[in-house]
Amino acid sequence: MSTATLSPGAGVALPAGVNAAAPMPDIMPPVKPKKGFIGFLRRNPTIAIGGFLVLLMVCVAVFAPFLWTKDPTALAPALRTREPSAQWWFGTDMLGRDVYSRVLYGTRVSLTVGFSVAICASLIGLVIGLTSGFIRVADAIIMRIMDGMMSIPSILLAIALMALTRGSVGNVILAITIAEIPRVSRLVRGVVLSLREQPYVDAAVAAGTRTPMIIIRHILPNTLAPLTVQATYICASAMITEAILSFIGAGTPPIIPSWGNIMAEGRALWQVKPYIVFFPAVFLSITVLAVNLLGDGLRDALDPRMAKRL
Amino acid sequence: MALPGPQDGQPLLSVENLQTHFRTPDGVNRAVDGVSFHVNAGETLAIVGESGCGKSVTAMSILRLIPEPPGKIAGAIRLNGKNLLECSDREMRQIRGNDISMIFQEPMTSLNPVLTVGRQIGETLRLHQGMSAKQAEDRAVEMLNLVGIPEAKRRVREYPHQLSGGMRQRVMIAIALACNPKLLIADEPTTALDVTIQAQILELMRDLKHRVGAAIVLITHDLGVVAEVAERVVVMYAGKKVEEAAIGPLFRSPRHPYTQGLLGSMPKLGSSLTGHETRLAEIPGLVPSLKAKIPGCVFASRCPHATDLCRAVAPALEEKAPGHVAACHYAPREGAMAA
Amino acid sequence: MFAYVVRRVLATIPVMAVVALFVFSLLYIAPGDPAAVIAGDQATPADVERIRASLGLDRPYLVRFGAWVWDILRGDLGTSIFTNLPVSTMIAQRIEPTLSLMIVTLLLAVSVAVPMGVVAAWKQGTLVDRAVMAFAVLGFSVPVFVVGYLLAYFFALEWDLLPVQGYTPFSRGFWPWLENLILPAIALGTVYIALIARITRATMLEVLQQDYIRTAKAKGVGQRAILFLHALKNAAVPIVTVIGIGIALLIGGAVVTESVFAIPGLGRLTVDAILRRDYPVIQGVVLLFSFVYVLVNLAIDLLYTLFDPRIRY
Repeated sequence: MSTATLSPGAGVALPAGVNAAAPMPDIMPPVKPKKGFIGFLRRNPTIAIGGFLVLLMVCVAVFAPFLWTKDPTALAPALRTREPSAQWWFGTDMLGRDVYSRVLYGTRVSLTVGFSVAICASLIGLVIGLTSGFIRVADAIIMRIMDGMMSIPSILLAIALMALTRGSVGNVILAITIAEIPRVSRLVRGVVLSLREQPYVDAAVAAGTRTPMIIIRHILPNTLAPLTVQATYICASAMITEAILSFIGAGTPPIIPSWGNIMAEGRALWQVKPYIVFFPAVFLSITVLAVNLLGDGLRDALDPRMAKRL
Repeated sequence: MALPGPQDGQPLLSVENLQTHFRTPDGVNRAVDGVSFHVNAGETLAIVGESGCGKSVTAMSILRLIPEPPGKIAGAIRLNGKNLLECSDREMRQIRGNDISMIFQEPMTSLNPVLTVGRQIGETLRLHQGMSAKQAEDRAVEMLNLVGIPEAKRRVREYPHQLSGGMRQRVMIAIALACNPKLLIADEPTTALDVTIQAQILELMRDLKHRVGAAIVLITHDLGVVAEVAERVVVMYAGKKVEEAAIGPLFRSPRHPYTQGLLGSMPKLGSSLTGHETRLAEIPGLVPSLKAKIPGCVFASRCPHATDLCRAVAPALEEKAPGHVAACHYAPREGAMAA
Repeated sequence: MFAYVVRRVLATIPVMAVVALFVFSLLYIAPGDPAAVIAGDQATPADVERIRASLGLDRPYLVRFGAWVWDILRGDLGTSIFTNLPVSTMIAQRIEPTLSLMIVTLLLAVSVAVPMGVVAAWKQGTLVDRAVMAFAVLGFSVPVFVVGYLLAYFFALEWDLLPVQGYTPFSRGFWPWLENLILPAIALGTVYIALIARITRATMLEVLQQDYIRTAKAKGVGQRAILFLHALKNAAVPIVTVIGIGIALLIGGAVVTESVFAIPGLGRLTVDAILRRDYPVIQGVVLLFSFVYVLVNLAIDLLYTLFDPRIRY
């Protein structure tokens, strides 16, 4: 029964009486952990794809004048509604303007609105959220107001605000920012309240650390990750809202080429000249998709607990 | 390699060279790596070991409750000779809860919070015995009575959150025994309970085992529980079986240093009163990572007697005495001088 | 239970009050003279004065707010500057198409999205799951009017399967009514489906990790019963909550969808009102939608007990 076997591969006889266990086979292929920057991108393909597309769009916006564009506002009534061709890559609209140039310049409006709203809403929301999380008296009032604002569907709120002001890119940014603030405030307040329950923050408070110090040391670092992710999503939704506002005539003034405006102008002709609507639609969708992918990737990378969930 | 064979005919359950591995982002986790044992009809077998030694994974593998992927099960698990690893999903579903059923460690979370107790007991009966809803509910009341829950008629319509932990574990037992299974796998059934409730639940299991005639595989880290109910013991460490013996020999003369360590870390009644040996022996160190292959004996890193041989050559399971196997180069054989 | 309902209903009153105050105050938050903005660039001073008077801008702020709230409580949402009709009348004329669109979209979205999310969670990591997740990201990214035009272009213009645009009242028959709503409902529902599918998948993934799911598997319960009985019932509360919150997306999207598909509903009314700077109409529509939104979410809160016996009031 206790027959001595040889150690596998070693070719050395084992001492008498030593009984080696048979080695166990591998039943699944080995896994190689992915490391380094390339490994990070391979583990987070959404960040890689989203980040690349966002960068591409930023380049398009910055270098629009050098990308074989013409004057996006130059009218040419004789050259109306030309189909896409070698001369007019995306065709011309009903006023003879070059759709390709207008779409490329439109990138500027979308990105400006998206980034500005994301930054402004995050900063203002951060301040409101911190106030609400630390000052109990303010909390009740602020949260009632935020509840009320959140009960107004954000596009309607932006529409109502825009209906009262003259259309300008600045007012569009302002209107969308106001509509997005409640969500950020709630997020920050939630983080603050949950952190205040943490023993180490409790200890810091008990030790007499002053509130600004607690905010800098404990609250801000923990808020940064969810806030970054939220800001990305706000950027995406702001670009859509801007397009919607412009599309229904309550956004960027028609003189400025924005994707929403180009589509609004192409609307009357869309059944016969669908390309006027098609090209800005594709650009808008790809840009928003890129930002959303970036947001999903950041969320997965920054918050492993959430990674599996959404 | 000789294992303690079945006494008459084939065993109820025989697990042969079971391997359960998991794919994780940083390597393959060999949670169970070559474990064999068998359970005879009506017998109680305990599988003991520290947490992370693969005993729960072994239990889950028997019922094939391991998600595949990321898991993968190899070897053979034979129930009355039929290899469960070759069964279709449909066949497995007919076996689960009917031929083999299982109770889990956490009674607080193991019952579905949004279904009534009666429905959860009755579900098994309707599935496996084709009972109508009415029959199933009547039988659920009977089962609640059997497991000692008072006012069964009322309780059957209640939700789990309305019951205490001990009562929930009784409900789990009622669910497990509803279809008179041949084998009951109990994964740490008393760990999450108060000591007094623990004793009651163990008593209940012992009692019902005789009435139903089921064999039990008891998974536990608590040797006190083992001593109370088991007839035979398998000791697992780092995904391997390191020792197996009947309850008496195992407690009297453990062969593997790990088993000796486990027994040494177990408080003995009255030991603290005598004034001597008040300190519990403990096994230093932690269970090694199962993601790297260990060339020698899996216990070598924590074993007080480990030698170069142990670290280089994995010991095979040997019969050290009739019916008593251990995987240690230095464990004494019957008749040989003790080391 | 009854006490809870009363408390919960009472708790919505301050929210509605804040909404009302906010909607009312919008006119004054905006920079500049609201009457001049509303009158537009080509207005004469007389026009501006007329608008100022019709909005009651010559009276003190709180008096105006009090009067406005009192009017609302009596069902008077003000008078349109452009048509001189009561806003409530204009809303009543336009509400059926919007309500129809939203109900069809809601039914369509829930019946598609929940199974999608469940299957994705069940098949986590597989091609099916990836497809659902890809759809969800796309659904969030492609704006409603883009989906609308794409659908209309292919299903109506190219393949001639469904009407391009327009609306047929329900009184003219079920199919003509539904036929006109299918494409708008898909367009409007896309983002909503993406939202619900995503939250369903996420919640189901979490629920499927729970011990009681393992218990159900150990009992021999089949895959379908595990997913749709044991798991989905536990996942119901977060899913239903998101369905309620997501109605805000439907309301916002309806404005655009109605423009794309030429549906004469509240969305069109809003867009027309914006172009005419008919502020009382905008105010009325925003207020109505917000109240509906608050009430729907109140109803959902009260429905939680149906899904989860642990919730006791």
